Amino acid sequence: MRNIFLFIRRYFNFLFFLALQVLALSFLFRYNKFHEAAFMGVASEITGRVNNRYNTIEYYFKLKKTNEALVKENVELRTLLRSNYLQSDTMHLVAVDSIRVDSLIKYQKYTYLEAKVVGGFITTQTNFFTIHRGTDQGVNVDMAVISPQGVVGRVVNSSANFSTVMTMLSRQFKVDAKLKNSGERGIISWDGVSPDFIQMRNIPKNIKIAKGDSVLTSELSSIFPANIMVGTVDSVFNDPSTNFFTLRLRSSTNFSTVQFVYVVQNKQIEEQRKLESATQKINE
Amino acid sequence: MSDLVKNIIRFVVFILVQVYILHKVPPLHRFIVPYLYYLFILWLPFNTNRTWLMVIAFIFGLTLDYFLVTPGLHAAACVLIAYIRPFMVNLLIRQEGAEQSYGSPSIHSMGFAPYSIFVVVLTFLHHGYLVFLEWLQFGNFWYFLGKVGATTAVSLLLILITELLFYRKERYRTNAA
Repeated sequence: MRNIFLFIRRYFNFLFFLALQVLALSFLFRYNKFHEAAFMGVASEITGRVNNRYNTIEYYFKLKKTNEALVKENVELRTLLRSNYLQSDTMHLVAVDSIRVDSLIKYQKYTYLEAKVVGGFITTQTNFFTIHRGTDQGVNVDMAVISPQGVVGRVVNSSANFSTVMTMLSRQFKVDAKLKNSGERGIISWDGVSPDFIQMRNIPKNIKIAKGDSVLTSELSSIFPANIMVGTVDSVFNDPSTNFFTLRLRSSTNFSTVQFVYVVQNKQIEEQRKLESATQKINE
Repeated sequence: MSDLVKNIIRFVVFILVQVYILHKVPPLHRFIVPYLYYLFILWLPFNTNRTWLMVIAFIFGLTLDYFLVTPGLHAAACVLIAYIRPFMVNLLIRQEGAEQSYGSPSIHSMGFAPYSIFVVVLTFLHHGYLVFLEWLQFGNFWYFLGKVGATTAVSLLLILITELLFYRKERYRTNAA
């Protein structure tokens, strides 16, 4: 027994070093999806406040670009669409020629919250934004985040007043998308090379693709509304060993200047998830 | 200014510079990430207890991690260099008892050549370990080598500039003081 204590005392520094390493690595790998990372809730509340201070300066220098993006979006909204409303029963006809929100509110599938981006990076391999909205304002994990220009990312963590958003420029981020012209679907991901470009996989080789084609979110993505801009085709890679093209897209959102985003809540997602998990159980 | 106050100010300044300046620089290339923050650990006084050195490094790294949303990544690398640092100091110190005579590692207290070796080795270890942890999750071997090389080069340049801009005069401590 005495020898054990002597051993610990003699190699205390080394053992302490190992203990700290194990602690740090367990933070890193045990919560490898970054979702419930250690003390992240408390920490993001504090870092969020510091970020907010910094952003009051940064925001001033980006006002012009922010304005341009918001004006552009307003123009698009003028030509407004009914696609935010989904009727669950198509046989039941509602005879209105414009959207009357009171009578259709029970069919509303997506609701939007505006949020200010207060912190973010595009220089690392997993890029996150901090937004100034949290659970107190109704933001929860797994909500979609879009900007006036297009897809931004997904909420992965939220504290009382701040939330962390995993952006499209993150290697863990995946979203189902489609080509606007042909409707062909593929998976969007990022290869970590350049923050200007993202990748789209699984496009069959018989599809005709032109440079500049638009890519939108598909109907299969349950958290994103359909037909949100993802990017435009920049170049096509032909891998001879597979039957699929890999497209390089220029992302429509400018991640370094975006200042305002919308957090999108899918009100019908609970029902959809329940059904899908029940179906999976039957098949197992 | 006492050592404690000076180091608390350094702690805050290094974190803020790393998060709000160096990580906001538009990316030049995916291999190049400008790191400077760990210079804080290199500048800690000689007489810091080894255990405390590691504890400070851990807290320092974790603070940066919470800003960059990578819990544990920088903390692990910081603890590694904090553990290696005393060995390096013992190997490289110029004369007997210099660690008692001077406050903290610098060109003035250690001499130019030993201090540069000290910085180069610890920088290399820090980046090597940091990129290694990242590489475990993705990337190939060339990614690992390229990123360690490029990041180390950029960091050394930044440290050189910092040392020239903020020349730290180490007072020779005598028993009388």
